[in-house]
Amino acid sequence: MVAPATLRVVRCGGSTLHGARAVFSADSYLLCAAGDFVKMYSVATEETLRVMGGHADLVTGVQLNPHNHMQLYSSSLDGSIKLWDFMDGIPIKTFTVGSKLLALYALASSEDSVFVVIPKSGERDTFQLVSVKLTKAAGQDLEAKELSVVLDGVDASPKRLAFGREGEYVASVKEVNLQVFFFKRKQLNRFSVSAIKTKSGNNHFTCIACHPTEDCIATGHADGKIRLWRNFYHKKDYTFSTLHWHHDTVMDLAFSMEGTSLLSGGVESVLVLWHNESDCQKDFLPRLGSAIEYISMSSDGALCCTLHTDNRITIINSNLRFSKSIQGLIKSTDVKTGLVVDPRTKALVLNGEPGHLQFYCLQSDQQLFSLDIVQRQYIHQAGLNQADLVKVAFSAQGKWLATVEEREEVTDPELQLKLWFFDEETQSFKLNTRINMPHEDHITDMCFREMDELEDDSLILVTAGRDCVFKVWVMVEDTDPEAQQSVSWSCDFVGSYHNYQATNCCFSEDGSLLAVSFEETVTVWDSVTWDLKCTFCHPPGKIRNICFGRLTCSKYLIGATDYGFLCCWNLLSCALEWSAHLNVLVLQPDPLSEHIAAVSWLSKESSLFVFKPNEPRPIYIQRNLCKEKIQLAAFVPRDEPETIGSEKYHWLRRSQLFFLTDTQELMTLSTKSLEERLTPSSKQLAVEESLPVTPFSLLLGKHRRQQSHEDIDLGKLVHNKHKQDSPAVKELLHTPAHVLPSASFLCPIFINSLLISKENKSAEEVADEVEMESEKTEDDSDEERGVTEMEQEDTSAMELLGEMTCKLSKSQEKELRKIRKMDYSWISAF
Amino acid sequence: MGEFEVHRVRFFGLVPAGVRCLACQPRGGRLALARTDGAVEVYNFAANYFQEKVIPGHETRSVEALCWAAGDRLFGAGLSGEITEYDLALLCVARSVDGCGGPIWSMAANSSGTQLAIGCEDGSVKLFQVVPGGIQFERNLDRRKGRILCLSWHPSDTHIAAGSIDFLRVFDVCSGQTVQRIMVNYHVLKVRRECIVWSIAFLSSGTVITSDSFGRVQFWDWQRGTLMESHTVSTSAVLSLAVSEKEDSIIVGTSTGATYQFQLLPVKMGSLEKRWVRTKPFQHHTHDVRAVAHSSTALISGGLDAQLVIRPLMEKMQKKGYDAALRKFTFPHRRLVSCARKARLLLFQFSQHLELWRLGSTDETGKDGEVLPLCRMPEHLVQLKSKGPEHIYCSCVSPCGSWVAYSTASRFHLYRVQYEGDGVSIKKVPKVPKLLLPAYQLQFSSDSGSLFVASARGSVHVLQLLEPGGCKHLHTFRPPSGSPEAVYLLASSADGHWLAAVGGDWAIHIYDLKCFKHHCTVPTYSCAVTALAIHPITNNLVIAYSDQQLFEFSIPEKQYTAWSRMVQNCGLHRVWLERDSPITHITFNPKNPSHILLHDIYMFCVLDKSLPLPDNSALLMNQSTLKQLPETARQRQLHAFKICKKFQPLLFADLLDENCLVMVERPIMDIKTQLPLPIQQKKFGT
Repeated sequence: MVAPATLRVVRCGGSTLHGARAVFSADSYLLCAAGDFVKMYSVATEETLRVMGGHADLVTGVQLNPHNHMQLYSSSLDGSIKLWDFMDGIPIKTFTVGSKLLALYALASSEDSVFVVIPKSGERDTFQLVSVKLTKAAGQDLEAKELSVVLDGVDASPKRLAFGREGEYVASVKEVNLQVFFFKRKQLNRFSVSAIKTKSGNNHFTCIACHPTEDCIATGHADGKIRLWRNFYHKKDYTFSTLHWHHDTVMDLAFSMEGTSLLSGGVESVLVLWHNESDCQKDFLPRLGSAIEYISMSSDGALCCTLHTDNRITIINSNLRFSKSIQGLIKSTDVKTGLVVDPRTKALVLNGEPGHLQFYCLQSDQQLFSLDIVQRQYIHQAGLNQADLVKVAFSAQGKWLATVEEREEVTDPELQLKLWFFDEETQSFKLNTRINMPHEDHITDMCFREMDELEDDSLILVTAGRDCVFKVWVMVEDTDPEAQQSVSWSCDFVGSYHNYQATNCCFSEDGSLLAVSFEETVTVWDSVTWDLKCTFCHPPGKIRNICFGRLTCSKYLIGATDYGFLCCWNLLSCALEWSAHLNVLVLQPDPLSEHIAAVSWLSKESSLFVFKPNEPRPIYIQRNLCKEKIQLAAFVPRDEPETIGSEKYHWLRRSQLFFLTDTQELMTLSTKSLEERLTPSSKQLAVEESLPVTPFSLLLGKHRRQQSHEDIDLGKLVHNKHKQDSPAVKELLHTPAHVLPSASFLCPIFINSLLISKENKSAEEVADEVEMESEKTEDDSDEERGVTEMEQEDTSAMELLGEMTCKLSKSQEKELRKIRKMDYSWISAF
Repeated sequence: MGEFEVHRVRFFGLVPAGVRCLACQPRGGRLALARTDGAVEVYNFAANYFQEKVIPGHETRSVEALCWAAGDRLFGAGLSGEITEYDLALLCVARSVDGCGGPIWSMAANSSGTQLAIGCEDGSVKLFQVVPGGIQFERNLDRRKGRILCLSWHPSDTHIAAGSIDFLRVFDVCSGQTVQRIMVNYHVLKVRRECIVWSIAFLSSGTVITSDSFGRVQFWDWQRGTLMESHTVSTSAVLSLAVSEKEDSIIVGTSTGATYQFQLLPVKMGSLEKRWVRTKPFQHHTHDVRAVAHSSTALISGGLDAQLVIRPLMEKMQKKGYDAALRKFTFPHRRLVSCARKARLLLFQFSQHLELWRLGSTDETGKDGEVLPLCRMPEHLVQLKSKGPEHIYCSCVSPCGSWVAYSTASRFHLYRVQYEGDGVSIKKVPKVPKLLLPAYQLQFSSDSGSLFVASARGSVHVLQLLEPGGCKHLHTFRPPSGSPEAVYLLASSADGHWLAAVGGDWAIHIYDLKCFKHHCTVPTYSCAVTALAIHPITNNLVIAYSDQQLFEFSIPEKQYTAWSRMVQNCGLHRVWLERDSPITHITFNPKNPSHILLHDIYMFCVLDKSLPLPDNSALLMNQSTLKQLPETARQRQLHAFKICKKFQPLLFADLLDENCLVMVERPIMDIKTQLPLPIQQKKFGT
């Protein structure tokens, strides 16, 4: 056995989707840079089809190979250019350039070279555009050292450089200067706009786009203007016209494929379509949600997409209609709610759009949905105090959700406590109770009593406030006959301790004890009688975090003070069990085991300590977890326990630890090695439905489908002879088609009935097993990302059905099991 | 700079008339401008866009179109139905001919300047032959219904394009027939509103450019009658259009006050395919831009807000200098205010009346920058209305305040003003001598004993004023070599010995008043004189030219002074030379003989000859920085130009006595309130 792999900190999803302009492939996939990966989305279904990893740092540029539209170049800060076969997700070649690559451009006219922006050696903050000769040598990893400088003094942003018509010239903007370099004439022209700051903002260039067929350059400016430059091959006779609609910085520009219209976007989150370069003819697509970072056009001009600052990709039709949106993790300015795991969906719940709660699915790296908590129009204005979500808590089963929103006012904050009930019918949270000013001052902590087995009415919510009290809220029967709901929440008990501010609250695992910290003291209360049981303190220093131990360690209470002590108190002896000197920022118990993770911050690095409360020695220490300050952490339960070889990482078996740094990067710990993670889950070629449909293919497709139907019928006929007695098949064949359940439901049963069981199980047993397994397959498909590969396998399934004989070998049986896991919903489409 | 008590006068209610049309002299350096009150002005490009000639308006003579023909002959046509030729030497109407087609909306001269075409209310286009000594009716072209609002000749003179309401027509000049008729409202589908073709241009390539009331600028192929390009530049009408001589650039003016340039640019580098592209927008006006002109180096626009804006094309400029400055002219380049220093009176000249005001006074003193309370308010003494439709050419009040004189095109009036306590009585002086009229400038001698009348052909009349109310003609000065041009500026010395007169040929003649003879001529300089004055002590003549140069000429010695030579050797400060408005008045401070007080629209300057001239690296407007410096450093930083920009726009400044100044301002906002409301436009953020 190989040596146990070390734990690695990996970025897991949630990374910005707007690292570079997205690229439409010829057959309508969307390729975009997402953190260290290149993601491939289907434009038709907005699904993530493939995640291509291999770069060791952020991907900064994605470009189709102009000579092979099935290949893709990507560049990264790690100094390498990779050539991918994106249909298969296979890296074909890796060219190592050496220095950081900040942007990538590929031109049809340059046969074997691409252009990249690299930092100029020896000078800080100056960048140059170089062309990199990509050697044609054999082998996967190649060195690309043949660099030739094209343009000096370019900007680091990929938006500020563009190649003109047929690669005749390259234009770059920086601050107030525009430079255009003509390749053939080797002529460099420089133009500048006046640097005077006007009251509408400064004049600086922010982005550039070149007309595809004419000599025209469009530049966007920080004051919202768009300038269209012409005649720029004359140093003096150049001229420009101005288009002005944006009131703030123009973030990106894109010409349509014919160049007849120009798209622009900015912080207004409005996409503007300018016709014929005219100031008077323009169309708008408003309310896109957040600032537009990048705009890209598909090569056939049928689609365009905008990348937004809130990690969303919007796909827009050519007639400026909103078509689809792909939403990643929204990065809000301040995650006040902390990382909370929704017990129902296992999604990570945190602040999303202002006033919204986002449910983010870690597996698919997509936002599941966004719940509007504040329910107020958000007004974009600097200096305006907005109501925002600050605390969120779920009850154990996720049936209840408690949220606290507050509007920041210096004198008296405006607070609202809202309790939401999960409505099974609509599958969403419904507002049950709204409590205005639950506390006099900010609410510092909030928790539900987590008791799985107890009845609903034992559900208790505790809020701790800076107004020196904690309050206990319980559900009461609503006496008001006009009320639409049967229960509502009201305050049951108010506790305080020596007029100290209540800072944290926490229930023990069985719910019998409540720990509330009041500045330097932790008080423990009986949750039935609300008597103060005992107090703990570890002066000096106020209590920063508290939590109870779980399972075998439930007699311990852990607290962290801001004087850098981690204390563990024994609740039975009411004495300090042990303490350690550790500046703990985050204290996070694993809900499924007795492990507790503590993240400390010392001398500009974060360290992770995992321990069990019953022993003062940590079972795992990872120093220098990352350079950034870790703000929040959460244990997300795994769907099934992972098999982890090393004893050291046993604590990761049941749950996975996620943490959020102060730069809002979501990280996790992984035991898998880099290669393991990077192997694509499947390597089958996916043939997308949305390939351009030709009349021929329609005809052919129809024919094929008929054939496959015949195949199925054939199979049935064959087996009818053998398996007449199967009740499932009987039912299937004798019930009228219009009352049959959906084919996806019937298919596993049908296929199962074709199997010849070895142990001669009875039909009922088989059916049971099938049902069980079908459930499982559903679970599996939740996990699995590549769901679209089914098309490919259909045909093989057909073939199998066709040549099905009575005798089945073991391998065939295995194959069949695999097939059974497939989604057969396509049958219902016929 | 010296401290003064300043009368800040803001009761001069002048509202300049809006600009109606502009005409660039072909291959010449002059621009003719007509205002809505019928006044015609000529600006000289070579003389730094100086307003060289002004022909005051006439109530019944509106000007709708101006054009240059046969070299430097200027013709105007208007709603009175007459074609008028202007005499630019005598600054009056030379002759006028009835067009016989009702009100004339448009007029255009052919490229050779031999023929004039007019477009009339009744839909006719008439051709006139320009002959020496007048114009002659030649023929009528094909007449259709609908007023002809604009006309343009094809550069080959074979065709004329005429714009009307809803359509444009192209005439063949030889046959006089309509050869093409193009409907312009074709593309407006929903509601049929009439589309007024406001302006038209015929290019040598056969392209006809129209601008219309829908805010479109359209390019037509006249032979096929097809639309080639259409650019919507505005939501309101595009009123005016002008093409550059090379036909690669046009300028259009809209009713929102914006002007746009279109350029004919190649689509790709090196390709022959060219396209008209809207390039630069300019928003200098607040109201309708009724007239635009395209000179070889500048875009010129004039609006109803009375502004004439000259926007140089940077790419045509060789170097950055005063040619490259954006110029905005709202006020005339000559004084409309005269001041009676001793009596503390101000005389304001309006187009058809005069106002005489007495300045307020105060007994208090205060510190720098303080506003002193008045003990006596300024008083409007007399309003003198000029009879008849003619507008006033010039006016003057005598230093003692008891004489007021003004002149119109055909009449000269002299009034005796008498003050009895608070009352004022005014009496017309009967039997003024018959003079060659009109008078272009009037000037009283400093002892109020005589009146100098600037007249045509370089002559200056001297009238002696007699108590209690009479006058007699003493002498007429004529330049020894003769001159066809009228005298437009006069300056007399304080001791009554010298008189300086400047004619339209920019020659300065100095006459001796004691022995009534021509004294000398100041060496000619190739630029227009914008102001001149004679120093009361040294009798040096200070001359300001339109290129912002300053000269000092010693009259007794008949040569430039040493200081003047020094200025010419050192050169003036770059910022001074790049100013865009001319010096309109010069005066002196008797207490400080080395001080020269001069002003233009935007600044008031005390020029101290005793201090060194600033070099280009020094700050010209350094008064505010000087204030913050300690005394020793201030001494080092001092230079000759002490400039005050507090009073803007400054129409007149004069020294009443040693430490008392009068400043006549006319805030632009006050004029704006007098104008009709501009087109309502939604402005972002309001």
